[in-house]
Amino acid sequence: MTAFLIRRLMQSAIVVLIMSVVVFFGVNIVGDPVDMLISPDATQEEIEAVIRSFGLDRPVWEQYWRFIVGAVNGDLGRSFIFGTPALPLILDRMPATMELAFSALLLSIVLGIPLGLWAGLKPEAFSSKAIMAGSIFGFSLPTFWVGLMLIMIFAVMLGWLPSTGRGPTAEFLGIESSLFTVEGWRYVFLPALNLALLKISLVIRLTRAGTREALHMDYIKFARAKGLSQRRVIGLHLLKNIMIPVVTVLGLEFGSLIAFSVVTETIFAWPGMGKLLIDSIQQLDRPVIVAYLIIIVLFFVFINLVVDVLYSILDPRVRLGGSSR
Amino acid sequence: MSTTVDTDRSAPVAAEPTTRAVKRVRVETPFQRFASEFMESPIATAALVVLTIIVALALLAPIITPQNPYDLGQVDVLDARLPPGGESMTGTTFWLGTDGAGRDLFSAILYGLRISLAVGIFSGFLALVIGAAVGLIAAYAGGRIETIFMRVVDLQLSFPAVLIALMLVAVLGKGVDKIIIALVIVQWAYYARTVRGSALVERQKEYVEAARCLGLSHSRILFRHILPNCMPPLIVVATVQTASAIALEATLSFLGVGLPQTEPSLGLLIANGHEYLLSGKYWISTFPGIALLLTIMSINLVGDQLRDVLNPRLRR
Repeated sequence: MTAFLIRRLMQSAIVVLIMSVVVFFGVNIVGDPVDMLISPDATQEEIEAVIRSFGLDRPVWEQYWRFIVGAVNGDLGRSFIFGTPALPLILDRMPATMELAFSALLLSIVLGIPLGLWAGLKPEAFSSKAIMAGSIFGFSLPTFWVGLMLIMIFAVMLGWLPSTGRGPTAEFLGIESSLFTVEGWRYVFLPALNLALLKISLVIRLTRAGTREALHMDYIKFARAKGLSQRRVIGLHLLKNIMIPVVTVLGLEFGSLIAFSVVTETIFAWPGMGKLLIDSIQQLDRPVIVAYLIIIVLFFVFINLVVDVLYSILDPRVRLGGSSR
Repeated sequence: MSTTVDTDRSAPVAAEPTTRAVKRVRVETPFQRFASEFMESPIATAALVVLTIIVALALLAPIITPQNPYDLGQVDVLDARLPPGGESMTGTTFWLGTDGAGRDLFSAILYGLRISLAVGIFSGFLALVIGAAVGLIAAYAGGRIETIFMRVVDLQLSFPAVLIALMLVAVLGKGVDKIIIALVIVQWAYYARTVRGSALVERQKEYVEAARCLGLSHSRILFRHILPNCMPPLIVVATVQTASAIALEATLSFLGVGLPQTEPSLGLLIANGHEYLLSGKYWISTFPGIALLLTIMSINLVGDQLRDVLNPRLRR
């Protein structure tokens, strides 16, 4: 187990290192930030002063080396646009993104599991067929367009919910979030629903497939034979067993919620990390782009590592298979 | 679900049983069998019809649209933001309304479809060629080459496609060529994995051994013998991936990091309508979105049916 863990950790470190090289050198080929930062009628001395203050006059290798040394010390460079360190800039926006992703996760569980259970228990009912057809739409509809349609229907036409921003936030246990205010929930609902749509469809399909399979299992028949109520058979025996794949997949998909939040945040003007990335790409704010990508790579490598380790604990075959390959 | 279709198909057989039966034996080529199996699903057939219409509309856009939306001589800013069915100063009716610059939305959608389809299909094709070559070589060569290629594939597929695309766009910048490069890099891994999977099975078969005994060159065995037998799964992946390439390009363009304003794909049209949405001008974003949705869904439905028809395990 220890050997497996060490090997896996080293692989992760190599991935992070490769990605940092790719990202840093890639981003440094794009455009010239000097053109953007300095007005066209600046004097030669002014231009050179700016170049020197950002360290852009050094060779790329040296810039990368300074970047790595800084990164290890928690300094990922200074934003060209905001003039502040890039890392705190991104970390400041992280709670908003996390809040959105967790709300979406919650929605996909709260909506996906009951709907999937219903469709699995009554596969021939019209309502079940409607649920399944809906989940096909959930897969095919482009996320960003659904977001616009949600704004159009619920914010513009019906006027029920606000369409932009994060709303009022409150602090609880040191975390500031709009989930701690009633008004904040109204703001978070539409973006979270938009982000969750794909996952709701996924959970519906997983739960339905699991339910249909489990209904023929002996333990369900036995529970019925014991004379347990339908509610107890479904709610306890069946649900417990089908939750394993659902929880696993949702855990894995959390990373993709963070990735997709870039789209949702742009539509709903949600002040998270994703919106910052898009703004930075458009303004060629290289340190922020590099810092964001490094953080997101670390995040994904961490999620993948945790999932792999959990699997190897649950299923020893994974561990053995890994060494032979 | 196929009962209604079955009766439809058997109707002419019942009318003239002998000629029909004779014809079937003589004429049915593999393609005809494929076509009749494909059309067993009415939904897939309808999707194919819709897809054909969409492609035809996109190809014929310059001929059938009432105006060229990017010819400034034909567009009048005074016609901007007219609702669907609104009439211009000169009396032309805009059935789907106009956008913020006074362009007829119907024409803009057809021109946008051209760009979306072209980018999606071209990048899908490039990714297919690269991915299939890598997958074939990996499966055939084995050993270290296979390990290296497949590690890269695994690494890439552990990140969501949107994230990889955003990274590439952040690195490469804007432009048609850059977006195509980004889409190809995002997609090649799916093709490589698919082709390697089926090539691993194929290379064990006797015909490959026979080809080796004949002393054929490696490249000939790979591309003339193994590749054709890997085609069915490849075709299925190609349809699904083309749909997702179109969706991904639309997403990037909507975010403002995709195609430039000079190449107004469907995603850009939807983005242009974003600012007018809050003032209730729904049509500018809605109609291009429906066109995008129809395109993606019809490709996916055709792909689903292809998977069923081309899967030998499901052959009746």
